[in-house]
Amino acid sequence: MNSRTFSWTDVLFLIEAARWTLLLSAIAFAGGGVIGLATALARTGPSRLLRSLASIYVEVIQGIPLLALLFLSYYGIGILGINVSPVLAASLALVLNAGAFLGEAWRGCIEAVPRTQWEASASLALTRPQQLRYVILPQAVRLAVPPTVGLMVQIVKATSLASVIGFVELSRAGQMLNNATFKPFLIFAVVGAIYFACCYPLSKLSGRLERSGNGSRSPVKGF
Amino acid sequence: MSYQLQFGSVLANLDELLDGAATTLWMGAATILLGSVLGIVLAILRTSGPALCRRLIDGYVEIVRNTPFLVQLFFIFFGLPSIGIRLLPIEAALLALVFNLGGYATEIVRAGIESIHPGQIEAGLSLGLSRWRIYRHVVIVPALERVYPALSSQSVLALLGTSVVSQISVVELTAVGNTIQSATYRAFEVYIVITVLYLGLAFASRGAFWLIGLAAFSRRRRLGARA
Amino acid sequence: MAVVRLSKVSKAYGTHQVLREVSFELEKGRMLALIGRSGSGKSTLLRCMNGLETIEGGEIEMAGHKITQGSVSLRALRQDVGIVFQQYNLFPHLTVERNVTLAPDVVKGMARDEARALARRVLAQVGLESKIDAYPDQLSGGQQQRVAIARSLAMAPKVMLFDEVTSALDPELTGEVLKVMEDLARGGMTMILVTHEMAFARRVADTVGFMHHGRLWEFGTPEQVMNKPATPELEGFLGAVL
Ligand SMILES: Nc1ncnc2c1ncn2[C@@H]1O[C@H](COP(=O)(O)OP(=O)(O)OP(=O)(O)O)[C@@H](O)[C@H]1O
Ligand SMILES: [Mg+2]
Repeated sequence: MNSRTFSWTDVLFLIEAARWTLLLSAIAFAGGGVIGLATALARTGPSRLLRSLASIYVEVIQGIPLLALLFLSYYGIGILGINVSPVLAASLALVLNAGAFLGEAWRGCIEAVPRTQWEASASLALTRPQQLRYVILPQAVRLAVPPTVGLMVQIVKATSLASVIGFVELSRAGQMLNNATFKPFLIFAVVGAIYFACCYPLSKLSGRLERSGNGSRSPVKGF
Repeated sequence: MSYQLQFGSVLANLDELLDGAATTLWMGAATILLGSVLGIVLAILRTSGPALCRRLIDGYVEIVRNTPFLVQLFFIFFGLPSIGIRLLPIEAALLALVFNLGGYATEIVRAGIESIHPGQIEAGLSLGLSRWRIYRHVVIVPALERVYPALSSQSVLALLGTSVVSQISVVELTAVGNTIQSATYRAFEVYIVITVLYLGLAFASRGAFWLIGLAAFSRRRRLGARA
Repeated sequence: MAVVRLSKVSKAYGTHQVLREVSFELEKGRMLALIGRSGSGKSTLLRCMNGLETIEGGEIEMAGHKITQGSVSLRALRQDVGIVFQQYNLFPHLTVERNVTLAPDVVKGMARDEARALARRVLAQVGLESKIDAYPDQLSGGQQQRVAIARSLAMAPKVMLFDEVTSALDPELTGEVLKVMEDLARGGMTMILVTHEMAFARRVADTVGFMHHGRLWEFGTPEQVMNKPATPELEGFLGAVL
């Protein structure tokens, strides 16, 4: 194959692919959010069984590479006899991954609401769901905003690994373009720049929210 | 139809898998060591270096934090040769891993240094210690103690993140798995075994960090209490 | 007719026995003041009386609701027994009105208009009608504590518990809170309070209980307990605080 030149149409091609990155991120965040909330509630809840299950889930997910989880999801779905679409496999793995990290962060936020708020609301005869809904979660949500925005950055970046099971998002598009043009320096710089353009505003926002005292301080973590 | 899980052909390759795990482990260890040192050095420069230096470090940290590791890896392995920097896969992998962890570690250690009260530096000055020794004893070591948990969990993430370098054909655990699955057609079983091995590595390293932290900081606390 | 009845109530944290067979009765409309040294178990006793702590032995009966070892259904009890804490514990994310109407709304299903009228009434009772739209952090400590009392009153409790409700307040703010409590007592509310305000207890309470090492050591009229201590322990305590 002869290398051709890298042009503006290629940049457009990458930007088109970035839409899939964002879509996959949205799926991961939405699904992960649901699982994360369930996990956080289970870990702070009264049921010993649910507490253990939720904490095993978090420990296990945080103890395996996302790449391995992607492969497991891809081949696991295959075994079930369902036609494996990369987007399904990638969504499953990313949702499970995001759920653990969001769940852990949100558990911290729920626990950061003073115990006395539980007592005050209990002594007013509120049920546990009512305590959560009207007293605890509204306060936890405020604390949760900065770390959640920070985790959104992690999710966007994590979607790049969906490329290894053949899902064509931004990273995969970059590899394909590189195979056609042999301009790796330029292409991966542009790919990186597009990711940066998506993530940097979120990172800044998260940092600003945190500094404005509007949330709990969380150590920066990610990969 | 029902699928029968069969681990026989996978476990027949256990030696290779363990070799792969060993590679993962030493790559992870090297990354954590070098990345932490890089992070500490840059964090010190970031908090007390010249302005230009600070801005460069900020730029570096932002790039690491806001782009995926996979793209950083591809840029280093595929991109750098076109400006004349040719690296073996393993070299590119280590470079990318250290580059990545270094960015996070810088941010973590910087936060630790900035959380140490400036009053403690003055206290040290009045004792007449030389500047660097004061800085080291009164700022760096307490800062590291404070951020050690964050640095540890970031390090475990880095260890797990080494799986990504399988994508530039470094023969670590995940890559060994890829090879075995294409030979045995037992993909799911292969990745279950791989996952269990990673879990083992992750739990073992968490345990190791906990022990190291206990040894390093409780000893210091005892010494500090005596002084 | 006794609305509060405790018999041989015991409680331990691990091996540390905090309450030892505490028994007493309190008639409707009376005020009991609990005094005693720090750590003697006053708060724990109060918290057991609305189920914030479990008990290991004995029985508590509050306004017809029984609490025994392993009691679980506390919601009915808590609708009839209010508690006010030293640190107010208002809900910081809600307005004064919502702080007061939350429980009537979600627990009793009270209509919005009715709840707002109720909020006005109980806030007027504590002299804070004008603060109905404020947030807790816009109020002084004394005002916050009065809102906390109003919040509790809004559930129309039959018994109210007060745990050192003036201890976190500057001296010039304690008066306004004590005044509210005195008005409540005159209005016929059954009240149990843990307090260090000896003068207040002597003047307003009908009964005073002295707690010592988890026991209800002395129990009687303010006159008996505070002027004629029967034991050296109470004498020592009074000597230290008066
Ligand atoms: N959650 C707990 N776990 C273990 N021990 C506790 C707990 N709460 C209270 N205690 C212990 O129980 C004893 C009684 O405490 P309590 O708070 O009832 O005392 P108090 O009379 O209210 O004192 P104070 O005047 O300081 O408020 C103390 O020795 C205290 O240390
Ligand atoms: Mg107390």
